[in-house]
Amino acid sequence: MTTAISDVIDEISGASPAVSARRRPVTREQSQASFDALFAPVDDSEFALDDRWLLAAFVTRLTAADPTADFYADRAREAAPDLAVHVLAEADAQTAAGPYGVYAEPGLQRENIVGPRYLPSADVRAAVGDKLAAALAHAHLVTYRLRETDGASHDALLDAGWSVDGIVTLSQLIAFLAFQQRVAAGLRVLSATEVAA
Amino acid sequence: MSDTIVETADGIRALRHDAPHPDAFTRDSVGWLPWLEPLPVDQLTERHHAGLVDRGRASSDYFRLLARDPEILRARTLTDKDIFYNVAEGLPRADRELAAAAASRVNGCVFCASVHARFAAHFSGREDAVDRLLAEGVGADLGERWNAIVAASTALTQTPIAFGPAHVARLRAAGLDDLEISDVVHGAAFFNWANRLMLTIGRAVAPA
Repeated sequence: MTTAISDVIDEISGASPAVSARRRPVTREQSQASFDALFAPVDDSEFALDDRWLLAAFVTRLTAADPTADFYADRAREAAPDLAVHVLAEADAQTAAGPYGVYAEPGLQRENIVGPRYLPSADVRAAVGDKLAAALAHAHLVTYRLRETDGASHDALLDAGWSVDGIVTLSQLIAFLAFQQRVAAGLRVLSATEVAA
Repeated sequence: MSDTIVETADGIRALRHDAPHPDAFTRDSVGWLPWLEPLPVDQLTERHHAGLVDRGRASSDYFRLLARDPEILRARTLTDKDIFYNVAEGLPRADRELAAAAASRVNGCVFCASVHARFAAHFSGREDAVDRLLAEGVGADLGERWNAIVAASTALTQTPIAFGPAHVARLRAAGLDDLEISDVVHGAAFFNWANRLMLTIGRAVAPA
């Protein structure tokens, strides 16, 4: 699937013409290049494009119910309508207030915040398959309690059929969306609060 | 990496490390070890070098692991450089580094916080204030301008995203114009990307 959108952040932020015009040109271009690298990839053999849209819909809904989440939900429904039903229902059911988690650092133990640890149910695993289910669990971890990620988190992905290359792309996808959704949110607020010139 | 296991009879496994964790947030130089095997230096092609952007980054485990997907690494790196190093106009470098350090403090990325706390302290000369952020967290009183930047970065880092008109108003009251506020947004938002790589594809190691 290709997208006809020239700049995704402008679209999902609803940036005003003034705010859009003041965006840094290189940051704008490379943010879009990042989106293109993930969603129009050179090679999707380790992480299929349909699964990328599904993961994107999942993590952006976990992060906020906003126009960015709506954008990826629409893309997921177009790419894989049957799976999108399950993934979007899971996202709605698994939102939490974050970030939280337990620190590995001894001197930070008093700052630990224990919160939900999501593992897809047997029914969800049956519906979406083990590989996508493992990615959903990892996406929830990296979105909310990133400080708890460890070797066992990666073993769970490897056991579910993810390659090392695929895990790197999966990690970048989750992490990039954390950036894109926040830039869009920031520009949306900035546009809505513009001071009349 | 003598303390690591790459492969067992069950197939490829994540790496394991005995190296000590840092004790807490610090401005000292924190180390980092990957959970997955970086690309070996002798397997780097021109496509990988294009992803690394600077050839010197080939000496870093972090960048050689990310080089397994060169196209997104390249775009990430060029985004990063523009947000933090393009200081011809907009927010002073010290304030961009503060936004990065604050986001890292909220997410719990001791490695990222150490790097950007050092930069924030270097460019501002305010070592004491930076150390209060590291020790006390994002509620530390750093003076109103920095408090406003930290509050905005924190709200943007939370889930659900909590950044709103009051944060913009407070930044404007502290003297920031719209480009500078956009720079705060990008600095904090970028570290929600960087923290989610640094803190998840490897882990921090105590300063030597």
